Amino acid sequence: MSEVTQRKRAIVLYLHVHQPYRIRHYTIFDAGRTHDYFNAPEGSRENNADIVRKVAQKSYLPTNERLMRMIEHNPQFRLSLSITGTVLEQLEAYAPEVLQSFQNLVATGRVEIVAETYHHSLAFFYNRYEFESQVQMHRDIVRRLFGVTPTAFRNTELSYNNDLAYWADQAGYKAILCEGWDPVLGWRSPNFAYRPAHTENIKLLTKNYKLSDDIAFRFSNREWSEFPMTVDKFMLWTKDSWDQPLINLFMDYETFGEHQWEDSGIFDFLEHLPKAWLATPEHTFMTVTEAAEAYDAADEIDCPQTITWADTERDLTAWLGNKMQQGAIANLYGLAEMIMQSEDLSLIEDWRKLQTSDHFYYMCTKYFTDGDVHAYFSPYETPYEAYIAFMNSYHDLKYRLAEKGFSV
Amino acid sequence: MKVLMLGWELPPHHTGGMGIVCYQMCKQLARTGAQIEFVLPYTADFSHIDFMNINPALPDDVEQVIGGQAGSTYDSQYFEYVLGDGSTRGAAMSEHQSNFATYAARLVQMGDYDVIHAHDWLTFRAALAAKQASGLPLFVHIHSTEYDRSGGNSGNPLVREIEYIGLHLADKIFAVSQATKDTIVREYGIAPSKIEVVHNAMEFQAHELYEDVSENAFHYLERMQAHGYGVVVSAGRLTIQKGLSNLLQAFRKVVDVRSKSLLLIVGPGEQYHELIEQAAELGLSGNVIFTGHLNGTGKQWRDAFRAGNLFVMPSVSEPFGLTPFEALAQRTPALISKQTGVSEILHSVLKVDFWDLDEMANKIVSVLDHKDLEETLADEGHEELMKQSWKKPAEQVLHHYHRHAAEHRELAYV
Repeated sequence: MSEVTQRKRAIVLYLHVHQPYRIRHYTIFDAGRTHDYFNAPEGSRENNADIVRKVAQKSYLPTNERLMRMIEHNPQFRLSLSITGTVLEQLEAYAPEVLQSFQNLVATGRVEIVAETYHHSLAFFYNRYEFESQVQMHRDIVRRLFGVTPTAFRNTELSYNNDLAYWADQAGYKAILCEGWDPVLGWRSPNFAYRPAHTENIKLLTKNYKLSDDIAFRFSNREWSEFPMTVDKFMLWTKDSWDQPLINLFMDYETFGEHQWEDSGIFDFLEHLPKAWLATPEHTFMTVTEAAEAYDAADEIDCPQTITWADTERDLTAWLGNKMQQGAIANLYGLAEMIMQSEDLSLIEDWRKLQTSDHFYYMCTKYFTDGDVHAYFSPYETPYEAYIAFMNSYHDLKYRLAEKGFSV
Repeated sequence: MKVLMLGWELPPHHTGGMGIVCYQMCKQLARTGAQIEFVLPYTADFSHIDFMNINPALPDDVEQVIGGQAGSTYDSQYFEYVLGDGSTRGAAMSEHQSNFATYAARLVQMGDYDVIHAHDWLTFRAALAAKQASGLPLFVHIHSTEYDRSGGNSGNPLVREIEYIGLHLADKIFAVSQATKDTIVREYGIAPSKIEVVHNAMEFQAHELYEDVSENAFHYLERMQAHGYGVVVSAGRLTIQKGLSNLLQAFRKVVDVRSKSLLLIVGPGEQYHELIEQAAELGLSGNVIFTGHLNGTGKQWRDAFRAGNLFVMPSVSEPFGLTPFEALAQRTPALISKQTGVSEILHSVLKVDFWDLDEMANKIVSVLDHKDLEETLADEGHEELMKQSWKKPAEQVLHHYHRHAAEHRELAYV
């Protein structure tokens, strides 16, 4: 990076793309008979192909079209994407035109792909060996589909702690991402690059959750005092931190068209953002690795506890908060050794698909009665239905192991 | 003997034991010559029942009454009226009960009846209206009280009030067990001499018995048994009365000493979600399986009993409890709480106080660990079941019909 670039303020736009393999209405009568946990019939709420095609139309295709135009019209515009293995597989199978549009974006050289677990799992917290296998699998599919090797890492749900940073540093990543959560940052601003405690080379980029969530969560909220949100207004807010180098806008990719619908004006907002930002000559865009390389660490961040980007608690309780969730995940990882010993690829893969964090999210009873955001994203009527379908699948995994002679 | 019988459900549209009991008892009464007009609160196809007349209680302008959903017989229920012009409207429980009463009062005056026989509080308003219109002897049959349904608490005061009036104005009360009779005496202040204990029986048809050799719907459980797992089954409405919470706690103790143990819980109910959470909190996520509602006359329902090494009915308060019969019909041994009516008549089963978790766990583990115990209980229990018959209970009922009908006639001629 040149001296000139280094003095520029950069927006680091990072979008996370993911779809799980949702479990169908899998009953105890299916256990021991069929192993098609993820094969919901067409037209049902858990049909993965239907959902992927729907999100493709509402979000992936129109957003990628705009991102491509933004790249073409603004030479300094760049962004970062993390795309899970489970969504890449499904795009290949159900919406190849979407995969092609992502490949076109990456081929411009101005879109960085960020590393993560293939299965969008919480394996880091349960089984380090399995975690590393999934990171490797993701690396492989990114190489195969995009021809690039990631240099930055983010863990599922932006979960983060010192151990993860240490691991990513040892693994050679140049950047790692986390929530810019006040209890962790203390007096510090999220708009700098940091050094995670106990690491040597890696830089930590922290999400500016205020500005990110203005777009991701509040954009179409009519109760919000700042509604309606405009690019001009947003530019004004960025001036509050005029003397700080970064604005880390991290959010779910599906913000565009799926969480915020097209009629909210979210696409126009996105498309006009680069031009408005770049109207000031001292402004630019950077990918996550570029930002980590462009700026020295302003300070060290110590984060022994695990934080995520979810809910007001910013912890793992949306996935592991109740006993159903804890029981389900502990039972699943309890099978790890036998599953790997089985050397049965379809069994291993089914076990991995069940690790996807979304399954545990659907079992969340936090705010269940309010019918809030958790309910919106679940294909199940209640957290209990989600739990039952998951546990019946778990029982079938056990059955398959038992049939292979394992003592389950 | 001509009987106006007021019921709330009949198989296959039943949600509890009352429907089965009404069906089997009426069948036996009909065999001995009783003519029965059975009044129900909903319309359905009953062409398979030829031993009595079935009358859906239709309000004046209504062509059809569609009953509430499964699992709701004892809860608040919702009915749908189909009117002459094909349009529909909803009717709440209280409105429909009132219409049911009007219908019964009219019907009783149109036939030459000897007695009125009404089942549980749901039909009591109709029973009293019919008695008032005709002066005929009224028998109320208690399958469960509000005291039982609320797990030994006072329950819904309105329901209790209706029960209280029905019990007091009845000429004779049939109770399904001695425990139920005691409850009626203690909780409702009724003289013991007015109450006759008529124990239920359960007669099975050939296809409902163990001889069903087709593959079990619970394939998984069967296979896991082959891998050394023991399977415990419990079935019924998941309400506080049924004591499933205690069974889960006892099952924690079972799994502590015998990790290869599975518990299948069959049925819907207001405690469904609560019990799922409790199982998870006890660390039993991988050991307890919930099926939700299964059709009570279907193969899956029977197969649930067939799949178990042991059936458990841990009820806190159970006036009778028919499900152990269903287990024994499938040659599955039963462990039942001593606080059930059925424990008064069944002997070849294991019994435990519902609160004695250690003993409950002890007995479960014993059956799962000892094939000889399981088989002995299964054989003896099955044999005992096959001796079950409605002959004696129906004779008891008829005897009281005749006595009261005769008294009534004498009074009428005075």
